[in-house]
Amino acid sequence: MIRFENVGLRYGMGPEVLRDVSFHIPARSFQFLTGPSGAGKTSLLRLLFMALKPTRGLINVFGKDIATLDRSELPLLRRRIGVVFQDFRLLDHMTTYENVALPLRVRGKEEAAYRAEVEELLQWVGLGERMGVLPPVLSGGEKQRAAIARALIDQPEILLADEPTGNVDPPLARRLLRLFAELNRSGTAVIIATHDLTLMEQVNARRMILDHGRLDIYE
Amino acid sequence: MNEIMQRLDIAREALFELADRWRKRQGQTPIVPQGNVAGTALIIVIAIMTFLACLTLGGVSLVRDSAATWQSQISKEATIQIRPVEGQDMEALLAQASKIAQGFAGVTSTRIIDRAATARLLEPWLGTGLDIDELPVPRLVVVSIDEAAPPDFETLRAELVRSVPGASFDDHRTWVDRLVSMARTTVLIGMSVLVLVIAATVLTVIFATRGAMAGNDHIIEVLHFIGAEAKFVAREFERHFFRTALKGALCGGGAAVLVFLLVSWWSSRNLATPEADQAAALFGNFAIGRDGYFGVAIIILLVSVLTMLTTRLTVITQLKEMDNRGSESI
Repeated sequence: MIRFENVGLRYGMGPEVLRDVSFHIPARSFQFLTGPSGAGKTSLLRLLFMALKPTRGLINVFGKDIATLDRSELPLLRRRIGVVFQDFRLLDHMTTYENVALPLRVRGKEEAAYRAEVEELLQWVGLGERMGVLPPVLSGGEKQRAAIARALIDQPEILLADEPTGNVDPPLARRLLRLFAELNRSGTAVIIATHDLTLMEQVNARRMILDHGRLDIYE
Repeated sequence: MNEIMQRLDIAREALFELADRWRKRQGQTPIVPQGNVAGTALIIVIAIMTFLACLTLGGVSLVRDSAATWQSQISKEATIQIRPVEGQDMEALLAQASKIAQGFAGVTSTRIIDRAATARLLEPWLGTGLDIDELPVPRLVVVSIDEAAPPDFETLRAELVRSVPGASFDDHRTWVDRLVSMARTTVLIGMSVLVLVIAATVLTVIFATRGAMAGNDHIIEVLHFIGAEAKFVAREFERHFFRTALKGALCGGGAAVLVFLLVSWWSSRNLATPEADQAAALFGNFAIGRDGYFGVAIIILLVSVLTMLTTRLTVITQLKEMDNRGSESI
């Protein structure tokens, strides 16, 4: 699905934050991306959802080399990837329901066609009664679940989550992890960036460990 | 206690249902939020600049129309003046001059200023109760001219001087030439001011729009990363900012039209007063006419479309920058 070959990244004239990173994310796989703070996890995630271009190396996403990809093709590739941002990035003027439905709305779908689907997903993540609420009123955990629901609504082939349990208590973190595992069983590849060791111990999954810009993989 | 909790639950359900119904009735929330501080500031800036641009346009249109009227009013008339000559019958000379003038192609009509009218003309200087026969007062014949095909003024002058003793002919050419040059200068100055005001409007609108857009960066970013196409994002912002600009431009343009109508109403109400007569002599009836109102509509549309295009350009540039992030060092 996604393949990195000798990828390097530096910001401006600074030092390389990622060095010779090579890996492959197979379909239906589950992996944790971990490492100390500042190791480059968020940068690697940004490369994965094409928010950044590498300084060197090759990135192949769904069979396409992103270096030679036309700009107009990027939105279509991004639609196959669900992203949960560390800071949620919910739009404060839209209700929880509208935030979750946003990916479908930007694809030009009619509300009548997706309303039931969005409501069902919100029930599934435990936000059934918070649909009409604006994000500033939601708790950290509710925002987290709304962000996850938004990433999942269009059934992406791969889900990238940046510290998805960073703002929630341990019981909710376990619940969210179960949600990701269930999603993975239904066929979505999952990459969770986290430095929460207890979370990683709960699932037997591949671990991608970043340290000083270098990546080690433990199957 | 349980009963209270149950009632609270029912009330909460009812509140949610009410909120849900209200949301459904309102339709979907626009992706670009309505009315924030930057949006209100943009409306005010656009309203002020449109008002100034429309006022300038109206002023230029008024001056241009007035200048054309001055020229036309003076150039469509000429005057024959006959000084009293010893032993000559003034009335006969007037009739003769009138007849000669009428014989020329390009002269549409002639009008002899009679004794009473001549006395009225001299009244401000000589007072009332004047017997015009007691004074050697020159008399006038007003010659109306076809502006499209004027007569040969030199031949007409020569013929009048030859045939009518004491006659002279004034075709107002000197006045017309001066007025034409003054009118052209005035219109040129007006047009330059209009160009400057429109340029200032364009720049102000561009910078104000970009300022208002800056507060929406996070929305563009979210839309971008959930796979929205550039044209979708641009369309959402364009639509919002076009409406915002149209609101401001209509307020500004409307206020300018109101000013024109008020001034026009004032001038028509004060007809025959010295102030209004003075203003009317310069600016006609103070109405900006169909062209002026058309110009106001064009400015309103121009400002709105300009805001829309600036928004589009800003969004597209921002999306392009997002796509190219990190690639500058490749």
